[in-house]
Amino acid sequence: MSDLWSLVFGRLTLDALPVLEIIHATNGRELASGIVGTTAAGLAVLGALYLVYALTKYHLWGPLWRDWLTSVDHKKIGIMYVVLALVMLARALAEAFVMRTQQALGDGGGGLVSNEHFAQLFSTHGTIMIFFMAMPFLTGLINYVMPLQIGSRDVAFPTMNSVSLGFTAAGAVLLMISLVLQPFSTGGWTGYPPFTEAAFNPGPGPDYWIWAVTLSGIGTTLSGINFVVTIYKFRCDGMKLMDMPLFCWTSLCTSILMIFALPPLTVATGLLALDRYLGFHMFTNDGGGNMMNFANLFWLFGHPEVYILILPAFGVYSEVFSTFSSKTLYGYTALVIATMCIAVLSFTVWVHHFFTMGQSANLNAIFGIATMLIGIPTGVKIYDWMLTMYRGRVRMAVPMVYAVAFLILFTIGGLSGILLANPSLDYVMHNTLFLVAHFHNMLIPGLLFGMLAGYTLWFPKAFGFILDPKWGYRAAYLWIAGFVFAFFPLYGLGILGMPRRMAEYFNGAWFPLTLVALLGAVMIIAAFACLCIQLYVSIKNREALAVPMGDPWDSRTLEWAVPAPAPEWNFPATPEVEGRDAFATLKEGGYDLRAPDDGYHDIEMPRNSALGPVLMVGSTAMAFGLVWYMWWLAALGAMVCFAATVACGFRRNTHRIVKAEDVKAEWEAFCALADTTPRIPRSLEQTTQNMGHASPASEEITS
Amino acid sequence: MSTTRHPGLNLGPHHGEADDTAEVEVFGFWVFMMSDAIIFGLLMATYVVMSGNLNGGPGPRELFELRPVFIETMLLLFSSLTFGFAQIGMKYHPHPARMIIWLLVSVALALIFVGMEVNDFITMAGKGGIPQASGFLSSFYALVPLHGIHVTAACIWALAILGQIAVYGLDDEVKTGMLRLGILWHFLDIVWIGIFSIVYIGGLA
Amino acid sequence: MTDKAAEKRKEQLSYALGFGYALLLTVPLFASVAFDWLDRSTLLWITGVAAILQIVVHFRFFLHIRLKGQTKEDLQLILFTTLVIGVMGLGTIWVIFNLMSRM
Repeated sequence: MSDLWSLVFGRLTLDALPVLEIIHATNGRELASGIVGTTAAGLAVLGALYLVYALTKYHLWGPLWRDWLTSVDHKKIGIMYVVLALVMLARALAEAFVMRTQQALGDGGGGLVSNEHFAQLFSTHGTIMIFFMAMPFLTGLINYVMPLQIGSRDVAFPTMNSVSLGFTAAGAVLLMISLVLQPFSTGGWTGYPPFTEAAFNPGPGPDYWIWAVTLSGIGTTLSGINFVVTIYKFRCDGMKLMDMPLFCWTSLCTSILMIFALPPLTVATGLLALDRYLGFHMFTNDGGGNMMNFANLFWLFGHPEVYILILPAFGVYSEVFSTFSSKTLYGYTALVIATMCIAVLSFTVWVHHFFTMGQSANLNAIFGIATMLIGIPTGVKIYDWMLTMYRGRVRMAVPMVYAVAFLILFTIGGLSGILLANPSLDYVMHNTLFLVAHFHNMLIPGLLFGMLAGYTLWFPKAFGFILDPKWGYRAAYLWIAGFVFAFFPLYGLGILGMPRRMAEYFNGAWFPLTLVALLGAVMIIAAFACLCIQLYVSIKNREALAVPMGDPWDSRTLEWAVPAPAPEWNFPATPEVEGRDAFATLKEGGYDLRAPDDGYHDIEMPRNSALGPVLMVGSTAMAFGLVWYMWWLAALGAMVCFAATVACGFRRNTHRIVKAEDVKAEWEAFCALADTTPRIPRSLEQTTQNMGHASPASEEITS
Repeated sequence: MSTTRHPGLNLGPHHGEADDTAEVEVFGFWVFMMSDAIIFGLLMATYVVMSGNLNGGPGPRELFELRPVFIETMLLLFSSLTFGFAQIGMKYHPHPARMIIWLLVSVALALIFVGMEVNDFITMAGKGGIPQASGFLSSFYALVPLHGIHVTAACIWALAILGQIAVYGLDDEVKTGMLRLGILWHFLDIVWIGIFSIVYIGGLA
Repeated sequence: MTDKAAEKRKEQLSYALGFGYALLLTVPLFASVAFDWLDRSTLLWITGVAAILQIVVHFRFFLHIRLKGQTKEDLQLILFTTLVIGVMGLGTIWVIFNLMSRM
C-alpha cells in the first residue's frame, strides 16, 4: 500500500495539510498558528471553488478560454498580469499583517504563529511581493501601455507574450498550492544555502521556492526579450528612440535588465536544485562546496532586479508628472541618460548585499562607492520631476497624490540607502530591521505607489471608465499614512538592534515600536480595502464614469489618441509622428481625431494560441511533481511542454484579417461621437462630466 | 553587401516577406542567445572558482583526456561549416534537397559529438569522477553537460525543421526557423571554445 | 543571377576562411598541450588570446557580424553582453577568490 502510495503521490502525505498543526498543537500559540494556516488554506480553496462555481454558473468557461486565456492581444495579457498581481498582493498583504501582529505580540515569546510558520510567512511574503506582485504588475503595465505608446499593433512575439504569462502564472499557482499542501520554504525570499540544502532542509519547502522562482524567472526573461525587440523594431514612423515617451525608455532599460539579470537567478536556483536532487556539492558545507557563491550569484540577479522593479515606476511617475502638470517633461534627455546610467551601474554594485560575508575592506569600499554613485542619476530624476511641476497646471488627482508622496518618501529611503552603502555602517545595520525599513521604503513609495498610480492613470484606457476618485483618495492617503506608520518605526527598531525575521524576542524596549508598526499595517490593510471598494463602486457607476473619447487626463502620448477601451487593432492605421509628446502635438494642431491619410486597409492580427495556457499547466504539473517527488507527474508535465512547443513550430496560418470596412465603421463611429461629446476643462477632470474629451490646454490658459 | 537589411545571418531580398519577418525574429533570437550566454559565462566563472575544490578526489589530470576532446572540437567545427553550407543551400537554391543533405550531415556530426561526450563522462565516472565527488566535479557537471544538452536540443530542433519541410515544403516559417537554428548552432560552437579553453586546456596545461 | 552566384561564392568563401582560421587557432593549442611545448602560464595566456580571437572569427565568418555597412543593433547587443559577462564573470572570480584568500 505504502509503495503504491509513494509511486503515485511521491512524498506527499496527509501531513502536508495545515489542519494537522491544529491537531498536534501542544499550546495556545501552536493552536493559533494552526488556525491561521488552516484559515488561509481554506480561503484559497474556497476562492478557487467559488471561481469554478461562478464560471460554470454564468457559462463563462468558453469566453474565458477564447477571449482571455488563449488571447495573444498585448492589452488582454497586460490586464491578466495586473489581475494576477492584485490577487497575489492581497495574499502577501495578509501575510504582512499576520507578521506585524506576531512581532507586536512576540515580546516574551507570545504570539499568534509558531516560529516555523512565521519563517514560512516571511519567505512567501518576500517571494510573492517581488516575483508575483511587483513583476507581474510592472510587466502588465508595460504590456498594456508600451505598444500603444510607440504606435504599434502588438508586441514583437505575441504568442511568446502569452507563454511568459503562462510561466509566471505557473509559479504563482505553485505558491498558492503551497498554502494548502505545506510547507513552503523557511529560507526567506533569498533562499540562502546551506540552510536550504537537503542536509538541513530535506522537506519540500525549498523545492517549492526553487521551482516557483525559476518558472517566474523564465517568464520574465522571455518578456524582456519581447519588449526589447518591440521597442527596437516596432516603433511607428517618425518615432525616434529619443522621441519615445519616458515610460518606454524605462521599459526598455528594465527589459534589458530582465534579459541580462535573470540568468544569474536561473543559474543559482538551478545549481541549488542540482545539490538538492542529485547530491551535487555546489553550495554545501562539505564535499568542496562553496555556499558564498550562491550569495554572489543570487545578488548578481538581485541587485539589477531592484532596478527592474523601480525603473518602470519611474516611467509611470514621469507620465504622471507631465500629464497632471500639463507640461512636457522637464529634462527629458537627462532623464533618459539617468535611466541608462542606473541600468548599467546596477550591474556593478551587487556585493553591497553581502558586505559582511568577509571580503577585504578594499573590495567592500569599491562596491560601497559604486553604490553611492547610483544616488546621482536618481537625484537628477527627482529634480527633473519637481521642475516638471514648476509653473505647470498642477492637479492633485489620485495618481499625482501617489507621485508627490513618492518624491518625499523615496528621497528619505534613498538617504537611508546611502547610509547602508557605507560598509562600516552596514556592518552595524546588517540583518536588522533598519534594512527592512530601507527596502520597503524604496519599494512601497517607489514601486508600489508607482504601480498604483499607473493603475489609476491607465485604468480608463483599458476599461473605458475612470476609477472613482473619492475612494481613490482614501486609498492613497491610507497607503501613505500606513506606510509611514508601518515602516518608520522599523528604522528605530533597527537602530535599537532588533534583527529581522524574528518571531519572538525578550526585549521590552522593542515592544512599543512594533505596536506602532502594527497600527501602520492595519492602515495598509484598510488602504487595500479602499482599493477593492473603489473597484466595486467604479464598476457599479461605470455609466457615469465612462470616458469613451479616451483622453480623460488631457495626456500627451499616443495611447490616449484611441478610444477607451482601446480597440483590438490599436490604431486604424499605424500613426506617423514627429517629435516628443506626439498626441499633444496632434491636439495642438487640431488633428487629434481624424481618418487615416491614405484610407483604411485590412489589418493582420495574430490568431489566438493555446501554447501559453498549455505550457502553464504543463510546467505547473512538472514543478509540482518535482516538489513532491511524483516523478511520473514531473515527466508528464515535461512531455506536455515539449510536445506543445514542437507542435507550435508546425503551426501555420497564424494570422487573421480584420476587414478594412470594420475598422472604418468602428473608427468613424468614434469620430462621430467626438462631435457630440463636450470638451471639458481640467477643473472638471475628476467629475462625471469627464467623457474623455479634453479641451486644449492652450485654450484653458487664456480663459 | 548593401543588399542585406539586417546584420548577421539573413536570407537576402529575393526571399520577400520571409526576409522581412526574419529581421525581427533573428534579432529576437539573438537577444535570447545573449541571455543564454550569460548563463554559460556564469557557469564558467563558477567552474573557475570551484576548480580547486577537489575534496581529496580526482583532479583534471586524472580525469580529462585530450584526444577525444580534440576530436569533439573538430566535430563541432566541421558541423559549423556544414551548417553554413546548409544555409547557403537554402539561400540560393529554391529546392531544399541541398539544404537537407547538409543539415543531416551537421546533425550527424553533432550527434557523434554528443555520443563521444557521453562516453567521456562514463570514462570519468569509472575513475571516480562523479559530480557528487567534489565541488570541482559538481561545477564541471553543471557546465559541460549543459552544453551537450543544448547541442541535443539543437539536433531535435533540426529534426523538427525537417519535419516541417516534409509537411509544408521550404516555406517562410522554415526559412526563418533555419536562420534562428543557425544562430544557435554557431553560438554553441562559440560556447565550446570557452569550454575547451577553460576546462580542458586549462585543466591539462 | 550572376550577382547571386557571385554572392554565393563570396559567402562560401567566408565560411571556408572562417573554418581555416578556426583550425589555425585550435590545432596548435592542442598540439602544445599534447607535446608539452610551452610552460603552463604561457600556454594559458596564449589559450586565452586564441579563444577570444576564435570567438571573433566565429562571429565574423559564421554569423556574419560586421563592424560596418549594417545596422548596429546586433553588434551593440553582443558588445553589451560581453561587458555584462565581463563584469559578472570577472566579478565572481574576484569576489570569491578574495574571500578564499581570507579564510
